[in-house]
Amino acid sequence: MHIERPRDLAEALAGFDSHPRATPLAGGTDLMVEVNLSHLRPETVVALRRVSELQTWDDRFVGAGVTYARLQAGPFPALAELARTVGSPQIRAAGTLGGNLGTASPAGDALPFLAALDAEVVVASHGGERTLRWDAFLVGPKRTALRPGELIVGVRLPDHIPARQAFGKVGVRQAMVIATVNCCVVRDEEGATRVAMGAVGPTVLRARAAEQLVSSTSRPSPSMLEEFQRLVSDEVVPITDHRATERYRRHAAGVLARRTLERCLAP
Amino acid sequence: MIVTLQVNGRSHAVEVAGWESLLWVLRERLGLRGAKDACLQGECGACSVVFDGELVCSCLVMAADAEGAEVTTVEGLGDAGGLHPVQQAFVDEGAVQCGYCTPGLAVATAHLLETHPDASLDELREALAGNLCRCTGYGAVLRAAVAAQRGGAEEAAP
Ligand SMILES: Cc1cc2nc3c(=O)[nH]c(=O)nc-3n(C[C@H](O)[C@H](O)[C@H](O)COP(=O)(O)OP(=O)(O)OC[C@H]3O[C@@H](n4cnc5c(N)ncnc54)[C@H](O)[C@@H]3O)c2cc1C
Ligand code: FES
Ligand code: FES
Repeated sequence: MHIERPRDLAEALAGFDSHPRATPLAGGTDLMVEVNLSHLRPETVVALRRVSELQTWDDRFVGAGVTYARLQAGPFPALAELARTVGSPQIRAAGTLGGNLGTASPAGDALPFLAALDAEVVVASHGGERTLRWDAFLVGPKRTALRPGELIVGVRLPDHIPARQAFGKVGVRQAMVIATVNCCVVRDEEGATRVAMGAVGPTVLRARAAEQLVSSTSRPSPSMLEEFQRLVSDEVVPITDHRATERYRRHAAGVLARRTLERCLAP
Repeated sequence: MIVTLQVNGRSHAVEVAGWESLLWVLRERLGLRGAKDACLQGECGACSVVFDGELVCSCLVMAADAEGAEVTTVEGLGDAGGLHPVQQAFVDEGAVQCGYCTPGLAVATAHLLETHPDASLDELREALAGNLCRCTGYGAVLRAAVAAQRGGAEEAAP
């Protein structure tokens, strides 16, 4: 195996020039599991943890190399909340936002936040940069629009980020658990609401009918919240796997979305 | 390839293969068998070490990417003078049964008390959530963590 350990983005992208099929490595919390299980034997690795550009963030951009431990202390409430639910302290110290996007698991905990904000993924190759909205980047379970030689640089957030935002996760225990269902709700001062649901479809998805229902009113009534829950359960497309049945996930998705919305509505 | 890293304050240049984890290098190439290989999936924390100031699962660190890193394992906690206060507290409180989880828990506890000396009991629990123990039920482990914390606080007091 050959490894490149670039210090900046230009060096990292140049690494791909000489090794177009190289595997990017960030925190290793997904990739090394595959290596340890002998599912993966990369020939060339480009290790990204020293790349300074990927470590940067401000109030509109989060670099791909920012770890959950850092996000936990960051300025975005739902992002901080979801970061705290990821794995364990050891996983949060190593695992990154870019790695969550690169893996593109339907259950990735950072993804509902990005979907709820209509965030864009900034990717770069030696040829230049392009920007893809979350739903153009995440194209299927564990599938992204990333081309060989391209790196995720980070995530661009919209100019207006609603202050009311919350993340919710259902799993079999509190710590160290992959979501059975996860959810992010954001709601602006006019009431416009966005609801993103994870682990209940091939990629994270938006519950648009449910969003529309509660966006028109400043204070949804109890019966409207019931209807909201029902619409979310209708809109998700879960499967049965070792974590839960399709039926359980559909029900849990509605309940979780409703509770997460209620947290956004709290005074 | 050759990777140069510091382990417990000593510099090592080791030959590593591409698929090797830091855990493998510590155990099989440097003979430091404190960190345990139990799950190799980041789930159990028995392989916990401090890596450039962060508590991580060494089974998930690619050894080739550890170039230039500073690593502390359980072997680096105590010194010639004796056990680290956290290790002593584990002994005193009977927080060790089969012992498989102990090196990881000791490193995690010592790291927490160093970075958050005032951690509350809830924070201690959350901080140790990545270290599984099949034997103790965690009660004695938490008592040991609290005892080490008190000991540290008394030492720091004027
Ligand atoms: C015990 C355990 C618990 C976990 N718990 C959770 C959880 O609760 N929630 C959750 O969502 N995930 C969880 N995970 C999965 C994992 O921690 C996350 O997906 C994490 O975000 C991966 O980030 P990483 O930096 O470790 O990625 P890596 O493992 O380094 O990389 C993951 C993938 O992304 C690619 N990649 C990484 N960075 C880039 C980049 N900049 N550009 C292009 N490609 C890139 C890699 O090539 C690889 O394919 C857990 C994993 C473990 C082992
Ligand atoms: S062996 Fe590394 S976490 Fe279990
Ligand atoms: S003492 Fe046996 S696993 Fe903890």
